[in-house]
Amino acid sequence: MTQTPSQMPAKGDPRIRIALCIFACLAIVPPLLSLVGLDYYTSVVTRMMIYAIAALSLDLILGYGALVSFGHAAFFGIGAYAALFLQTRGITDFFLHLAGASLAATAFALVTGAIALRTRGVYFIMISLAFGQMAFFFFISLSAFGGDDGMSLSRATLFGQELLRSEVTLFYLVLVILVVIFGFLCRLTRSRFGRVLIGTREDSLRMEAIGYRIMPYQMAAYVISAVICAIAGVLIANQLQYVSPTLSSWQRSGEFIIMVVLGGVGNLVGALAGALLTIGLEEALARFSEHWKLWFGMLLLAVVLFSPGGLTRLVERVSGRITGKGDDR
Amino acid sequence: MSQPLLEVTSLRKSYGALAVTNDVSLKVFPGQIHAIIGPNGAGKTTLISQLSGQLAPDSGEVRYDGEVITHLDMAGRVRRGLARSFQLTRILPGLSVLENVAIAVQARTGSSFRFWQVAAQERALNDEAMACLTEVGLGPQAMRLARTLSHGEKRQLEIAIALATKPRLLLLDEPLAGTGPEEAEILIALMLRLKSRVTMMLIEHDMSAVFQLADFISVLVYGEIVAGGTAEDIRNHPKVREAYLGEEEEGT
Repeated sequence: MTQTPSQMPAKGDPRIRIALCIFACLAIVPPLLSLVGLDYYTSVVTRMMIYAIAALSLDLILGYGALVSFGHAAFFGIGAYAALFLQTRGITDFFLHLAGASLAATAFALVTGAIALRTRGVYFIMISLAFGQMAFFFFISLSAFGGDDGMSLSRATLFGQELLRSEVTLFYLVLVILVVIFGFLCRLTRSRFGRVLIGTREDSLRMEAIGYRIMPYQMAAYVISAVICAIAGVLIANQLQYVSPTLSSWQRSGEFIIMVVLGGVGNLVGALAGALLTIGLEEALARFSEHWKLWFGMLLLAVVLFSPGGLTRLVERVSGRITGKGDDR
Repeated sequence: MSQPLLEVTSLRKSYGALAVTNDVSLKVFPGQIHAIIGPNGAGKTTLISQLSGQLAPDSGEVRYDGEVITHLDMAGRVRRGLARSFQLTRILPGLSVLENVAIAVQARTGSSFRFWQVAAQERALNDEAMACLTEVGLGPQAMRLARTLSHGEKRQLEIAIALATKPRLLLLDEPLAGTGPEEAEILIALMLRLKSRVTMMLIEHDMSAVFQLADFISVLVYGEIVAGGTAEDIRNHPKVREAYLGEEEEGT
């Protein structure tokens, strides 16, 4: 024995650096776009960031807790409908929308989690899908909010001002929220709580044999994830100025999973990059070909087949080869 | 004789008509290594699973340190000092060796509902985990990823994890399963070292190891305890020879 380490290595995580680069690039997007006269794309990038928030929320439970939620879009819809509901009641403040969405998502997560978290693996996937569909059909049944068609709404107010009318202000609001949530999740996943969550992913029976009752930890992660996804829902309602049941369709839940898997699960940066890339490619490929979903599917297949850890793993391997560091996994 | 640390009374568990634990009663005294032997399918792992709280018995009573724990869950038993290892190695493969143990230290020191402070920087957790690793001889491997350990090292790690829960009684389910002779030697030496601090109950197929380690041996056949005694008693017990050493042809 030569060393008594007081802390783990892997400080100065390269992933954090990648994330900071992404955020810095995002921050200069609006002035850059307006410089070249492509202002329209600001709202596209806003949408990319909103999806990144949703993907991050899913990565917390999927990547760190091995809970593959196939109904996560329910929380996206809950956030959006909470904003719509409050807006129609004359409550326009953005922060109140966030609070309302968080409460609604927490309630839905506690009820559905109490049932779904009793199951594991593919059963959890199926039950979460069922709850997602319940939310979807509930929204369709809301004839006061346009039923199938959904309903338009005006943007929320910030500090009593109609600041969000500007696409650029909305862009920076979303960026700030994205950075804060990313930072929060980075800390959370390295905390005691995060460590226990990772432990349940690795081997839940082992965790019980260590002395943990794992359900409360999974529930807490599920609720946190739900609240973050609902926040993304509030943002998407503001960005689109339109709320409809398709926000919580099962295809949307699938899209969230694709984003996380494409980027690489369980490291947050993957979810961030995966979401930005998915929405970006959707926009680009749709322009380039009617059959963009085919091309996108092929790309996804290639990533899963050739780099199972997603893009982050690919980047690590390539950069590891360049710097000559070994691959320890 | 002193109070037993673990006292099992008339434990029964059936799967349909098959009685896998049939009226088992036994006592484990502090400081002992109590071995359970028996042929394949005798219900040894099922018995350990009921003692550790993974499986509920149909009837009977399990008393630990004077307290009835028959219906306590696994986590509750671990907190009272009753830890187990598994027949098939169960570690947290994606974490470092040190973290595997630190997470067990964390389970009994302070709340794990802490969301902000970085756990890997908690010196108290790491130091105590390191002490457990040193004790089982894995100190130099602390920073490795657990899945990269050899099979024998994983067995050592499992014991380190169990030690980190500060057990008073350790249930070891075939700790030598799948190990080579050199690895087995390391593990046997480790168990002998731990004996002064921790009471152990172990299932093992390796007879020479059992005779070397155990103070008391119970023989389980078809869910029933057919004999109990010291190594010497068991070696010469006719029923044991009949059931375990494959001489049933001569009987009946």
